[in-house]
Amino acid sequence: MALTATSVPALWRFARLDFDAVRQQRVLLYPEGVVLLNATGASILDLCDGRRTVGDIAAALQERYQCDVTADVIEYLSKLVERELIRVD
Amino acid sequence: MSTNHPTTLLAEITHRCPLHCPYCSNPLEMNRAADEMTTDDWKRVFAEARQLGVLQLGLSGGEPLVRPDVEALAAHARSLGLYTTLVTSGVGLTRQRAEKLREAGLEHIQISLQDSDRASADRIAGMSAVPQKLAAAAVVRELGFAFSINVVLHRENIDRVGEVIELAAGLGADRLELANTQYYGWALENRNALMPTRAQVAAASDVADVAIQRHRGRMQILYVLPDYYESYPKPCYGGWGRHYLLVAPDGRTLPCHGATHITTLRFDSARDRSLQWIWEESPAFQAFRGDDWMQEPCRSCPRKAVDFGGCRCQAFALTGDATNTDPVCTLSPLRGIIDRAVEESKGPPIYQYRYLSLAPAEGGGDGATRRE
Repeated sequence: MALTATSVPALWRFARLDFDAVRQQRVLLYPEGVVLLNATGASILDLCDGRRTVGDIAAALQERYQCDVTADVIEYLSKLVERELIRVD
Repeated sequence: MSTNHPTTLLAEITHRCPLHCPYCSNPLEMNRAADEMTTDDWKRVFAEARQLGVLQLGLSGGEPLVRPDVEALAAHARSLGLYTTLVTSGVGLTRQRAEKLREAGLEHIQISLQDSDRASADRIAGMSAVPQKLAAAAVVRELGFAFSINVVLHRENIDRVGEVIELAAGLGADRLELANTQYYGWALENRNALMPTRAQVAAASDVADVAIQRHRGRMQILYVLPDYYESYPKPCYGGWGRHYLLVAPDGRTLPCHGATHITTLRFDSARDRSLQWIWEESPAFQAFRGDDWMQEPCRSCPRKAVDFGGCRCQAFALTGDATNTDPVCTLSPLRGIIDRAVEESKGPPIYQYRYLSLAPAEGGGDGATRRE
């Protein structure tokens, strides 16, 4: 299923975001796995709350980055959808 | 040489186990209860692991639930921020203990199943554990843990992989690991009895491929191929001493399960040394980092960045030299060792069961079936 601007992404219920004080880096933890996040990835995942659409998330980030990031958000989240770490209703 | 931060610690807190599976990844010479580290030892090890960068903790064994302090260890791990998996047979996972583990903040439970067929499951486990496993699975599901089922595949059960998948789905597993046997420890002892045929492996892979798609979104299925039937070796744990470490019940710290096969290395204990020293300084963890240790054909091979020459433990166990190419690799001049092992493995499976008190070199006893 392809992500669009109206998709509503949420973290898999067994995945959680955390901050690793050793690496000084945000991380996504889930059963038997770790994703080390860069600042942009973490800011996208912070907004994946199961209520906001991809469009809402892109709009929120656009204020921060001063450019249209919709395509980047879709590309980033699609990889995590493929890994089933992001679920879409 | 600079070192990575490890991400994963497998804590084998005991070798004691009520099951006797002939493919157990524990070493042939196991620790007894008196050898095991204390609760405080393990808490210190977990804290040191977190300081090194570990984020994932496996509480494993043996059967970890034979120790009464699993709940305390899980709570300590959670307080450190570790994502913790309990790796259990399910035997001993009563509702009361499962509720305490939930309160302790344990996030993920993995239960092993031996087969979908009950008589076969009993035969493989060397005991009747199915009712306890099914009851444990129901409790894990009900209490809302992330729930994985793990099934080791081999000649006796691989033809039922479709039934195994449906059983796991019916139990409500979120993840199913279908792992073809890796031949270390007890599994290497039992290799002739466990090795599936090429036709069995091909049929099972087809069934798994279809099931992976069908269950997508509900149950994630991981299918681990049997390396003896592959053309290239597996990139074991992403390379020696790069991401993973294992602490045995007595504190001995290893880069992987199979490392005890490498008798030329001395592995330090977390009782005597800090985990940081072991990870960063100990000769054993440095032995096969990078690629300076490699011989041909690995040294000049572009795949060395992909699979790191394969598994050092398998190279040592099968060729006698841990710096050889993993003989699974078809570029290895010693690949014939693998091909002969595959050819020689046939006939009805007769197991040498895993017993704490019965090293294979010793005489019979304990009611274990001996291989003639």
